Amino acid sequence: MITSLFLLQLALLVFGAVAGFLCRRSEEQANWAVHLSAVFAGAVGVIYSLTALTGGRSFDLGFFSISPVGPLRLAIDPLSAFFVLVISFLSTVTSIYAIGYSRHYQGDGRDSRIACLGFLYNLFILSMILVVTARDAFYFLIFWEVMSLVSYFLVVFEHTKPEARQAGIFYFVMTHAGTALIAAAFWLLFIETGSFSFDAFRLHANNLPSVVKNAVFLCALAGFGTKAGLVPVHVWLPRAHPQAPSHVSALMSGVMIKTAVYALIRFLFTFLGEIPLWWGTLLLTVAILSTLFGILYALMEHDLKRLLAFSSIENMGIIFLGVGMAAVFTSLGEPLYAGFALIAALYHLMNHAFFKGLLFLGAGSVLSQTHTRNMEQLGGLIRKMPWTAGAFLIGCLAISALPPMNGFVSEWMTLMALLAGSGFDGEGLRFFTPVLASLLGFAGALAATCFVKAFGITFLGSPRSSHSEQATEASVSMKVGLGILSAGCVALGISCGWMIPLLNRAANSALGYSDENLFSFSRQGFLVSPAGMSQISPLVIFFTLAVLLIALVVLLGKGVYRIGPSWACGMPALSPRMQYSAIGYSKPMRRVFSFLYRPTRRVEVEEEGHDLLRTAQRFEVKIEPFFEKILYRPAVQWISRLSERAKQIQRGHIQLYLSYIFITLLLLLIFVRMS
Amino acid sequence: MSPIFLSILQVILVMALAPGVSWFIKKLKGASQNRVGPALGQVYFDLIKLFRKEMVVSETASWVFHAAPFVLFASTLLAAGLVPFFWKETLLGFAGDAILLVYLLALGRFFIALAAMDAGTSFGGMGSSREMFLSSLTEPALLLSFFAFSVHTKTTSLQTMAASLGSEPLTATLFFTALIFGAMLIVTLVESARIPVDNPATHLELTMVHEAMILEYSGRYLALIEWSHQIRQLLFFSLLANLFFPFGFYLLKVFALALLVGWIEIHSAKLRLFRVPDLIAIAFVLALLSLLGQLIIGRPS
Repeated sequence: MITSLFLLQLALLVFGAVAGFLCRRSEEQANWAVHLSAVFAGAVGVIYSLTALTGGRSFDLGFFSISPVGPLRLAIDPLSAFFVLVISFLSTVTSIYAIGYSRHYQGDGRDSRIACLGFLYNLFILSMILVVTARDAFYFLIFWEVMSLVSYFLVVFEHTKPEARQAGIFYFVMTHAGTALIAAAFWLLFIETGSFSFDAFRLHANNLPSVVKNAVFLCALAGFGTKAGLVPVHVWLPRAHPQAPSHVSALMSGVMIKTAVYALIRFLFTFLGEIPLWWGTLLLTVAILSTLFGILYALMEHDLKRLLAFSSIENMGIIFLGVGMAAVFTSLGEPLYAGFALIAALYHLMNHAFFKGLLFLGAGSVLSQTHTRNMEQLGGLIRKMPWTAGAFLIGCLAISALPPMNGFVSEWMTLMALLAGSGFDGEGLRFFTPVLASLLGFAGALAATCFVKAFGITFLGSPRSSHSEQATEASVSMKVGLGILSAGCVALGISCGWMIPLLNRAANSALGYSDENLFSFSRQGFLVSPAGMSQISPLVIFFTLAVLLIALVVLLGKGVYRIGPSWACGMPALSPRMQYSAIGYSKPMRRVFSFLYRPTRRVEVEEEGHDLLRTAQRFEVKIEPFFEKILYRPAVQWISRLSERAKQIQRGHIQLYLSYIFITLLLLLIFVRMS
Repeated sequence: MSPIFLSILQVILVMALAPGVSWFIKKLKGASQNRVGPALGQVYFDLIKLFRKEMVVSETASWVFHAAPFVLFASTLLAAGLVPFFWKETLLGFAGDAILLVYLLALGRFFIALAAMDAGTSFGGMGSSREMFLSSLTEPALLLSFFAFSVHTKTTSLQTMAASLGSEPLTATLFFTALIFGAMLIVTLVESARIPVDNPATHLELTMVHEAMILEYSGRYLALIEWSHQIRQLLFFSLLANLFFPFGFYLLKVFALALLVGWIEIHSAKLRLFRVPDLIAIAFVLALLSLLGQLIIGRPS
């Protein structure tokens, strides 16, 4: 049954991809056709992946065979099923949302923009599903490349904007550099094992020479790290994600970058056999850097979608903290702790898909109503768009890891996994893991600051421009999408005691353990960390909080109040421009971390002959992108200088090229003769 | 009596005691300035009066403004349910630990910081920005203090942590507990908005942090906010008292700590906002030293 549902999902996605072109008559119909089939495909995916995950069932399909690489094998084990579940669920919701959101691409009917969007969108989901189910390096790379290309086209979908094209180029170059490294990692494995099949990699895992192993690991880390947006190869992410249509941004941040986690988990725990301890500590280092830099740069953003993209880097960091601890514990030979850490990572991965999807969709609603992503132009939207605001607030609570939301649960697990590391010797674990844990807490607190700013400036106060004054609530399908994800954020938080058993199986199969009952980190809704370090019950917390709140409201009520103007220090009235701005809000941080940001400010004042009579004032503050400056600008300069040199041999004379060919031929003949 | 009854009674007692501790510090300050200071009943009358008064709510305010005091109060009470005060039994100790405590306090702060921006004034934004700025620097220091402690106790449950030092000779743990105590004392000063970090008695725009944030609140909501602020202060005093001094009479310990905090308040000037991170950095370093010291000097057995 699972097999046929899987094939049905693929078929629905293929149908969705072409459906737009079939409905040439009406853009409206095309919109419904492409997105509805994606909704159904997603729902089918959720059903079979859940069945596979709960029932422990799997399938293994072989298709047509091409002689050198073997058949196309698609299979599902619990780990793949988990990723299919997350991808399918989020894509269902974004597709529902997209029905309303894509209307503003529906236009004059002259160009079939909806059909194009639908084609790319469905193909994008299809490629992600295939990436996590492929069982062969050759096809994995093909699907990976399709995913990268399609997402590139989605980034430049609004190609009339110059910044979208620029972001697209950035993404295109970096993702291909990453793919090259991934291909190198697979190629090294192919040389050692003589096969592209994942099974062969697994069987030969323990016979790999350590030099090859280290090389494969480093290539895979750099390659997949680029896709995952880890510091310092993250720079494409905050450029590319905001440019795509918002429901695609949600998918890119919510699940596409997670496919890199999937692949890296396969490499770490399946393909490479015994892992040395320093891999884990390297992962932890990269992870904590991503966590801190991601959120520190998110704090400085006043573009709503860019802020969310930077915060994705932070959350990928948190996920990799979990993966890193799992690697550390695996090399220490502690399966129980390794399982706990990996479950923490997987849980955070799923939670991040929910709340980041929710936040991107919320930002999309704001964007579609106000036509701006600049927070300085927004404000007061909670009155115009109450549903969107409520959903966005839940997302903000979840991403700031506040109890009883889902973000808190997975952050607690990650903290516990880190603290557990302080009980082991080696590579300074005893000292550094509690410090890493407190730095994770720091990132959580900064995230709270960042999202108080994001919500407060965007939705509260009074409108800062006519755009936000004239906004109205988003359409029904968009509200439904937001509603499902908000409910999911709360549900995943309080029901974690029942979600963990699902993840047990995925972690079990990822780590290659066969004991089904090895992990029991949940008891009757409680979450229990290994070795009895601590336990929490988000369910109890949620209900106590709810009961207390209801009791307080019933006991005290709103009381007697009258409505009056805000206090204006005795001035006649407040103008919206007197409110705190997003830039002003993050000023203390900019000052304390000025060694990192290196802010420069410029103030222009127009006066009328007197200091105090200013007619106009312009204020500009810029921060210096640290990694661009120390890594990327030199690299770009170096490459362009190199290509200048290479131009020397390109003179454009046909005779010259003929002589090149002749010389090459001669050299080859000599080479053949010699060997 | 059953433990559940005791632990509920404990939370109620804490609610009643919290304004009294604030009064004690006010009285101390009064004495240092040759004033009589308020009578004990005054703090309670203030709260009761605020509960009865009519409120003025800003016309730009949304439901967030109305919800925030309730969320703040509820989350503070929930946090109080995690901390041992008079007895070792806590109401919610089975469902949460030190990490939850930190994040519950953050939940209340999150809502109040949002509500501050709801009225659309620059004061609110300023207070909100400063409060979140300070708290995001304090939170890692507080967490690291707890983690340094938990390296010794092998647990992050507050009940077990509070019980652990009592079973050991004082001299064996003095070194690292003293350092963590220093760290948490600084955190307490920040969290309860005391001089040298924040001045609870001022309404001067250059110096306000906490007060700027709640400037738009009046009446019943203000009472809820003030009260939960007092409970939070007592919560931190009790943490210090019960984690580090596992002997003696609880009330005596709390008032001794209040005396210490009051003494610091009398004898120091308020720091400039951008000097406060230095103070918090000291707290972080103290916790770090404690962690390092435990590893170098004696591995916890």
